[in-house]
Amino acid sequence: MTLINDKGKKSYLMLKQATFPGGVHPPDSKEATRDKQIETLQLPSRVILPLQQHIGAPLECVVAKGDEVSLGDIVARATGFVSVPLHATLSGTVKDVGSYMHPAGLAMEAVVIESDGEDTWADGVLCERDWRGLDSDELKKLIREAGIVGLGGAAFPTHVKLSPPADKTIDTFLVNGAECEPFLNADYRQMMERAGELIEGIKILIKILGCERTLVAVEDNKPAALEKLDSLLAGEQDIAVAPLRTKYPQGGEKQLVEALTGRHVPSGGLPMDVGCLIQNVSTILSVFDAVTKGRPLLDKVVTVAGASGNPGNYLVRIGTPVEEVLTQVEGEIPENLGKVIMGGPLMGLALPGLDVPVLKGTNGLVLMEHPVPVPVHEPCIRCGRCVDTCPVRLVPCELALFAENERWDKCREYHVMDCIECGSCSYTCPAGRNLVQLIRFGKYTVMSEDKQKKDKK
Amino acid sequence: MAEINLKVSSSPHIYTAESIPRIMVAVVLSLVPAAAGAVYFFGLHAAMLIALAAGSAVGVEALCQKVRGVPVKINDFSAAVTGVLLAFNLPANVPWWMAIVGSAFAIVVVKELFGGLGYNIWNPALAARAFLLASWPTSMISSTDFPAPRDGTLSGLQLDSISQSTPLQFIKNVISPLLDKPEEATRAQLEAVRGALEQMQGLDYVLSLFWGRVGGVIGETSVALLLIGAIYLLIRGYIDWRVPLGYIGSVAVLAWVFAGPEGYFTGNAAVHVFSGGLILGAFFMATDMVTTPVTRKGKWIFALGCGVLTMLIRIKGGYPEGVSYAILLMNTATPLIDSYTRPKIYGGS
Repeated sequence: MTLINDKGKKSYLMLKQATFPGGVHPPDSKEATRDKQIETLQLPSRVILPLQQHIGAPLECVVAKGDEVSLGDIVARATGFVSVPLHATLSGTVKDVGSYMHPAGLAMEAVVIESDGEDTWADGVLCERDWRGLDSDELKKLIREAGIVGLGGAAFPTHVKLSPPADKTIDTFLVNGAECEPFLNADYRQMMERAGELIEGIKILIKILGCERTLVAVEDNKPAALEKLDSLLAGEQDIAVAPLRTKYPQGGEKQLVEALTGRHVPSGGLPMDVGCLIQNVSTILSVFDAVTKGRPLLDKVVTVAGASGNPGNYLVRIGTPVEEVLTQVEGEIPENLGKVIMGGPLMGLALPGLDVPVLKGTNGLVLMEHPVPVPVHEPCIRCGRCVDTCPVRLVPCELALFAENERWDKCREYHVMDCIECGSCSYTCPAGRNLVQLIRFGKYTVMSEDKQKKDKK
Repeated sequence: MAEINLKVSSSPHIYTAESIPRIMVAVVLSLVPAAAGAVYFFGLHAAMLIALAAGSAVGVEALCQKVRGVPVKINDFSAAVTGVLLAFNLPANVPWWMAIVGSAFAIVVVKELFGGLGYNIWNPALAARAFLLASWPTSMISSTDFPAPRDGTLSGLQLDSISQSTPLQFIKNVISPLLDKPEEATRAQLEAVRGALEQMQGLDYVLSLFWGRVGGVIGETSVALLLIGAIYLLIRGYIDWRVPLGYIGSVAVLAWVFAGPEGYFTGNAAVHVFSGGLILGAFFMATDMVTTPVTRKGKWIFALGCGVLTMLIRIKGGYPEGVSYAILLMNTATPLIDSYTRPKIYGGS
């Protein structure tokens, strides 16, 4: 494998796999879907498109009940800079604009479109484009208009991330293909099946960022992807593959920066503060589709795995109800379903029901049967495993005790706000304590305390 | 469609297979070789003491938890570990009731009164040993009454004119006073002392300590059998190597530098490491999770502190061995150590 040295030139050295201190090794459980080619699901009969798809203000709905829409029509408008439009992911009729259950467990405003079965594109959306003639601002505009957000999890609008303030120089672009969550293979399959387009997408982003070196970071449990990308990048001077040691949460932005550059993102800061910018593989492919084909973000590759009768990787229209995905994949809703996790089992959301839609950031549906594991929450035996595994080097056992006893001052003193909520502590705790859960509670309480103080002023 | 009943909970959704009972069962298993050795070396009385201590610890724990109105959790095996470790700290000839009294003290006073597993400040087995030592000193540290192991003698030395005791007791009670005031000793005594010191320097003597031909309390006799259990725990990841390395390493260095009969750098490190319960203490008690620091730096400090205190007690203190008190004192310092050794956080200034 190759890595780029600090001068931006490739150094053809056998390098030790990059990694970060701490982390855990859950069973990777990827075998069942690793070699399953991406299959396109049939069109759903309807889609539910929540107006809150990403961090920031909710979007402004521009359609009304009864309107006819085509594929790629805008149904909700961006409401500020940190906002992107939402497109119709089916052609058909707007059936309702109202309150629907969101995967996060709250009812939220959403647009429901019933399919006409035609899947007709809106006029003037698709167009072939040569991106090499476009400048950075034009490219960012295309990315924004395509409704692209970070698809690795946080769903932060991508054009914003690509517009660092003038005083921040980005020297290193990190392509996040770590996919460290167990079960998931959505990014891996895309790297295998769309490697050429991925590299093209990377080049588009390099043009926007003007950075010196680019590392495509992939965990070493995906040797085929590493090899494939490495051979395709053989002629490139400034882009190289960077193998990572397989360990959760290697795909976390701060852990990637630490593993590959040795730099530390300052507490409360962003990777751009240390000259790094990270984009996930799926996001980059969406950028490629948007820029070269005019195709907005309409679908997602979703790994369905776990207690599934037909595990695989499926291309799913955004807004498709989970129930419809599972009915198509499994034939019928599996009996004895105990938990459905949107995302991976370490940071994913446990769904409140099956009537919630697939979102822009959805990369997996992991099914669990009853009885699902429930942590026993015994007293801490102070084994120190959480301390050894915390990638932020917090002391989770003590932080959790402070939160449990509502000692918010101590939570602050022990840096509760720096927790990245990866859940390694809870995963590894032999006493089955709800560590990250309590720390989250502490974090949100401290955050709302701070907000109250600010509002008073 | 079948009715669905989804569980909703905050992530993560998968957990390690490790659990408190798994850890405790592994600790019990790790003590089996040394326990079997104890029965071989000291006979059925040792077996009875181990069984009584473990059984009464479990029984008393169940009783306490009933009285406290909390779920009875004796099947987590933590009380059993305490009982076995306490028995390991008893001389093989103490009366049977002492095992029961010691276990009851460990569980009631040291563990349950503080809130049960996870909340105790001191290692229950060691605190109970300290309690027995203070209450029945003649049974617990009588210098000449300990039974010798089956294949050996109490001191492991060939001696004619001096009474037998365990090696560290022998150094503290016989050798040191004689060497401090040689003018008061007879020539025969001085010669015997020199002979004993010479024997202790030999490889044969170290091997006697290693295999278990030298006397001591029930569990400490054979270093080899203790190490089998220790290696098992290290491989399973249930004890942190930093603690035994730091503890034993510091004792070895300090013994070599300061504990010599003829000035600095003449000490016999091997005798200090392989006797006086150090191996038992360093691998099985200073590694007790509940009563030792959670941070890696803290573990180093804890281990070095144990080593320094142990040698301070052995050289300057009134007791020949010192391991128990060193660990108990460092247990007391554990919250302080933890609060001063928090790791520097990622991205912190």
